[in-house]
Amino acid sequence: MLTANHVCKRYAEAGDALSDVNFHLEKGEMAFLTGHSGAGKSTLLKLIAAIERCSRGQLLVDGQDLSRLPDRQIPYLRRKLGLIFQDYKLLLDKTVFDNVALPMVVAGVGPHEIARRVRAALDKVGLLDKEKRYPLALSGGEQQRIGIARAVVNKPALILADEPTGNLDPELSAEIMYLFEQFKQVGVTVLIATHDIALVNQLNHRVLQLDHGRLLEPRL
Amino acid sequence: MKAVRNTRVPNPRTSKEAQIIKRGPESQVLTSLQLNRESLISSLVRLLQCPFSSAMAIIVMAISIALAGSFYVLVNNAQQLLDSMQVGKQISLFLHEKTSDQQAAKLARKLQGNKSIEKVNVISRQQALAEFQQYSGFGAALDALESNPLPIVIQVNPKESLTEAAQLKDLLGQMQHEQAVDFAQMDMQWLARLQAMMKMANRVVIILAALLAIGVLFIIGNTIRSELQTRREEVIVTKLVGGTNMFICLPFLYTGFWYGFISGMLAWVVISLILFMINAPIEQLSLLYQSQFTLQFMSFSESILLLLASSTLGILGAYAVASHQLRLLKPE
Repeated sequence: MLTANHVCKRYAEAGDALSDVNFHLEKGEMAFLTGHSGAGKSTLLKLIAAIERCSRGQLLVDGQDLSRLPDRQIPYLRRKLGLIFQDYKLLLDKTVFDNVALPMVVAGVGPHEIARRVRAALDKVGLLDKEKRYPLALSGGEQQRIGIARAVVNKPALILADEPTGNLDPELSAEIMYLFEQFKQVGVTVLIATHDIALVNQLNHRVLQLDHGRLLEPRL
Repeated sequence: MKAVRNTRVPNPRTSKEAQIIKRGPESQVLTSLQLNRESLISSLVRLLQCPFSSAMAIIVMAISIALAGSFYVLVNNAQQLLDSMQVGKQISLFLHEKTSDQQAAKLARKLQGNKSIEKVNVISRQQALAEFQQYSGFGAALDALESNPLPIVIQVNPKESLTEAAQLKDLLGQMQHEQAVDFAQMDMQWLARLQAMMKMANRVVIILAALLAIGVLFIIGNTIRSELQTRREEVIVTKLVGGTNMFICLPFLYTGFWYGFISGMLAWVVISLILFMINAPIEQLSLLYQSQFTLQFMSFSESILLLLASSTLGILGAYAVASHQLRLLKPE
């Protein structure tokens, strides 16, 4: 599902953010991406979502080589991904329903299908009764669950989460992780960047540990 | 649907559900049409939501368009006026101040005998004064004068067969040498000069319209740029969930369209007002020339063209800025 071969990312100002990163995630595998701040977790996620390009090396998402992906194809790649952010990135002037519907609207899905799938996604995160609310009327945990609903509404093959529990207390974090495990069970590949070691240790999943842009040997 | 609503526990997806749902091409066209209509309406609503800033841009644009448009209409009218004028190869002979009516009549008879002259018409000093008082607006001032300052004028229409400028010039020269004639003037000269001036005016209209159109493009561009900035988050999130640049661009193109369309309509009103205000004096003027001329307002097709041009400018300006800015606006 996701393969990195000798991936390097160098910034002109900051130097190497990633050097020679190699790993492979199977379909339906769930993994944590850990490391200190600045270790390159976010950079790696940005490369996978084609927000940035590799300086060297090869990144394959669902068999597609991102280094050969033309700019105009990027939106279609992103429709296969579900992105989740620490700051949720919800549109505050739109209702919960419209926020979750956005990925389907941009993909040109019909209104009936959108309504059905949005409600299914909201139901999955347990917020079906909040569809008419605005994001600011919800708690942080609820907002993150809206973000998750938006990420999965398109039924993506790969979910990328960047510090999804960074702003949440341990109880809410566990709830969010439970959701991710649900998605893994139905065959979705999940990659979660986090520095919450306690949470990672609680759950028995593969860990990719980055240190100064290098992937450390796998433990477990 | 009901089943989905009732289940509170996350339900695992079946493999069938996990497939990307295939849609027929008809439904896709339908959605994109619906999307277009929604976009068209929501962009108008957004524009009306901040009436002050939109109004400022629209008024500036309308004034620019109205300037070019009204100048065009006026030049067009002047051209029509010129065309309608009998391209009179009329020669006016202004007689010396001391010439008597008898002497003038004698000269007229003599000219009538000339084989290159079609018609001769004597305008006496009284006639000239009466006409001048009626139309010039200097009536009271003329009353104050002790004597009539106007000379006798003989209007000479050369034969139609006289078309060459050189022939006319010869005739003019002949009459210039008549003793009673102070000076002879061929009306064709001013007409020709006027025609040349019209050509220049036409050119000026084109240049002015081009400059103002560029100005309008920049106003639109700036408006769209600031709107893009205020909707920055939305643009970035839409990009992150797989929105194409075209998808993101579309609402801004509609916004550009509305700016162009509304300012075009406003410009039309301004042009009509300008024409309305100068209509009365123009009618007065046309009476002076004994002409049937009436001021032409914008025709239906010209009005449509104005709206089309202003809307196109709006869309073009929006496209230029949005397509450029969208490439720069990248998720971080």
